[in-house]
Amino acid sequence: MPEHTFRVNGEPVTVNVADNVRLLWVLRDILGITGPKYGCGINVCKACTSFVNGQAVNPCAIPVGDLRPTDEVTTIEGLPATVGKDLHPMQQAWLDHDVAQCGYCQPGQIMAAVALVRRVAAEGREITNADLDGLRNICRCGTYFRIREAITAGARNMV
Amino acid sequence: MGVDRRRFLGYVLAAPTLLTAAELEVPPTAHAQLPSPDITQILDLNDMMTVAALPTSGLITVGVDQDGTVSFALPRAEVGQGITTSTAMLIAEELAVPLDRVRVTLADARPELLFNQLTGGSNTTIATYTPIRVAAAVARRRLLDAAATELGVAVTDLTLKAGVITDRSGHRIEIGALATKAASTRTRQMPVELTARPNFTVIGKPHNRIDALDAVTGRKKFAMDLDIPDAKPTMVCRPPTINGKVGSVANLNEVRALPGVTDVVVISTGVAVRADTFGQCIDAVRALRVSWKPGTAEGKSDSSVLRELAAAELPLGLKPPFTQTVEGRFTFHFRSNSALEPNCAVADVRPDRASVWAALKSPIVAQQTIAAKLGLPLGAVTVHVTEGGGSFGRKLFFDAALEAVEVSQKVGKPVKLMWHRADDARQGRAHPMATSRVRAAYISGTVLTYDQRHTSVATDLSHGLGEIITAMAARLPVGDIGFSETFFQLSQTMSYNFGLATRLLSETDKGFNTGSMRNVYSPDVTCARELIVDQLAARMGKDPYQFRHDYLRDDRSRAVLQKVAEVGNWGRPMPAGTAQGVAFHAEYKAVSAALVEIDCRPETVNRPIPNGVAGPRVTKAVFAVDVGLAVNPRGLEAQMMGGIMDGIAQALTSSLHLRDGYFLEASWDNYFYTRQWNTPPELQIIVMPNTSENPGGAGELGVAASMAAVACAYGRATGTMPTSFPINHGTLSFDPKPTVPPVPPSPTDGLNRGAPGA
Repeated sequence: MPEHTFRVNGEPVTVNVADNVRLLWVLRDILGITGPKYGCGINVCKACTSFVNGQAVNPCAIPVGDLRPTDEVTTIEGLPATVGKDLHPMQQAWLDHDVAQCGYCQPGQIMAAVALVRRVAAEGREITNADLDGLRNICRCGTYFRIREAITAGARNMV
Repeated sequence: MGVDRRRFLGYVLAAPTLLTAAELEVPPTAHAQLPSPDITQILDLNDMMTVAALPTSGLITVGVDQDGTVSFALPRAEVGQGITTSTAMLIAEELAVPLDRVRVTLADARPELLFNQLTGGSNTTIATYTPIRVAAAVARRRLLDAAATELGVAVTDLTLKAGVITDRSGHRIEIGALATKAASTRTRQMPVELTARPNFTVIGKPHNRIDALDAVTGRKKFAMDLDIPDAKPTMVCRPPTINGKVGSVANLNEVRALPGVTDVVVISTGVAVRADTFGQCIDAVRALRVSWKPGTAEGKSDSSVLRELAAAELPLGLKPPFTQTVEGRFTFHFRSNSALEPNCAVADVRPDRASVWAALKSPIVAQQTIAAKLGLPLGAVTVHVTEGGGSFGRKLFFDAALEAVEVSQKVGKPVKLMWHRADDARQGRAHPMATSRVRAAYISGTVLTYDQRHTSVATDLSHGLGEIITAMAARLPVGDIGFSETFFQLSQTMSYNFGLATRLLSETDKGFNTGSMRNVYSPDVTCARELIVDQLAARMGKDPYQFRHDYLRDDRSRAVLQKVAEVGNWGRPMPAGTAQGVAFHAEYKAVSAALVEIDCRPETVNRPIPNGVAGPRVTKAVFAVDVGLAVNPRGLEAQMMGGIMDGIAQALTSSLHLRDGYFLEASWDNYFYTRQWNTPPELQIIVMPNTSENPGGAGELGVAASMAAVACAYGRATGTMPTSFPINHGTLSFDPKPTVPPVPPSPTDGLNRGAPGA
């Protein structure tokens, strides 16, 4: 069985599994990291959104064999450490706005929100309604409006 | 119940630490002394569920532990509606402890609870509001008695606040220190008085969810996140048509040899594969070569079901003489009630016992069914209720749990069974397709009759709600009618003074996997009614808002309508192609009104959305709700927000297309539930001041008025009353995925190095 080494939430990990097994299942079924959720398996619902080297990606669509030993995977569990705090400002904004209902999609929503704020900041501008409209993460409980409010608030504390 | 409505009898139970319970007498059944124009004025669905639950409410217990925490196992399912938070608030109020010291867990299936463990009908808070408070109030009284003995003072000299009892000299005792002293060696009855509403400090104040931190950190555990030893990922290769059956499998051994696969076994619903990872399950499901037998909807399509519905429609009756009429016939297509958490369950079946973990809204029925299926005594089956990732009615059914125990029994190993999203879409539960025909007759400014005939593919109520209705139906003054009709009659109400109003449900075709999707009949029935109300107003030359205001039956109803009109600035001038719509809905002892603004201009409708549906945009939504007594206004707002998103989806974008015995939709890129680009950028929810001593239901309440308001706004913006929902159903906005293999492969381009993020 091939061996794959990469980094997850700041720690190196090595797993023995076939190359084509998608990262989502390596995280959840082998490493027991269950923050990223399954919602479709075809990269449309975005419930598993995580980062690879700081870029938002969807682990359901990444064969584990594509990862290099230096690649850093960040899941919702590792997000606070990226700012050296117990909670990332976006997670705090989520709490302040009481966004979650069932909570299932929320780890992916928060990761996508952080990625959006970073992208907009890199473009040197403020978040617009069009940016928020562009988020593809599905929330079947329909928390969309509070998500919009939380992102706007969280962005102010992410500088 | 005596003259004082706040005095109740509770129990202190024999236990090493303080354990209290509530028992309520069955209140006198509302009696029908007069012929009523509307049965819901005598007894509505929630009354029936509450009355059915009461005889077992004594078994709801509150415990105080030595560390000062208070524990309560809620016999309901938390699936996002916020009932663990509102329940903790009830206990914190009566017991005067900080909310963060109240631990609310979900009770395992407890068959002794009979009807009192079903989560449905937006009934949780209505049915448990008093029993939980009584149990907590008994605990408060026992703690005060114990402290009085301990401090040698009178109970009247003590105050309990923030989990600490203090006497007049300033001596303090933490309640945890009294947990054993306040306990009883025998069970006895105890009268208590509940906190009066003006003295509430917790109930009625907005509170954030108690599970929010777990949700935002990824720590919240759903069934698939549980670490049950050796419960390996398991999926099922399902038929290409609805409820098809396995004929034969050509390559069982070949698939058993695939990487990571531990077991492949034929079960009643397909071919199950168990593997080290779900990814390997998906590969194995795709590799199976199965010949299938026909299903239960073979060859059927949207058009053939519409013909079945037309054939099952009941007549509207005779038109009253000398009147003018407004008529409409509305079609509502199949909709999926899949939650984002797919259908799933963990099962560990041994020769002499079984354990199951799943988000279940009818766990007792699940336990009974599983025990029967496995041939085990009921007591040998443990059903753990996990927190659910959404439900919308879906988790009233326990089909994943049934499959999980079947696979676990057949392979002799624990399994973690999950449906693929494509399975949920194609073999899952749907809101049945329905038509609603309405005729209203009027003469010179007065509506004389209103008749509605709702015709629907049968709604499957076999999950326990049906049992309650069956058990109670004989006691209702409705005669001997089936429980679907009873449910329909009890859940629908005529809120307008429209003279003689009749409504009837006719059902046909039990070949589909249907269920009570959030708000069940009401979104469709109310949408049809409110569109006709707009037509009546137009015929009589009245403003749609003013017309509703004039005809609503009571002040409470008029108040929510008036509120949305004020806040939403009803009647403001708007550009051509855009319009406001307003609608009203009453259910679950609550009233609600929605005002929306919609933009149907071509540049909006046709705005480009990759792999999604744009369509008309609801640009603003204002919603007013009066649930009688709002336990947690912030949670109530959240439920209304979700209901609004559901209403927008059902009016505009969300439906399943039936062709050749299967639904074309296979994932979220086909099924167009509201997305950010469909969300109103302006949204305001108004929780009205309390109008009752008791809370109403909230979980499903927001959908009907929202859907109706969007439909009415669409009609006003386009100048044509819409008659088929969702309005984009006629356009297939995606390429259907294959049905064999039944699940799509996962993409491999997710990393896409060098490109911007996903």
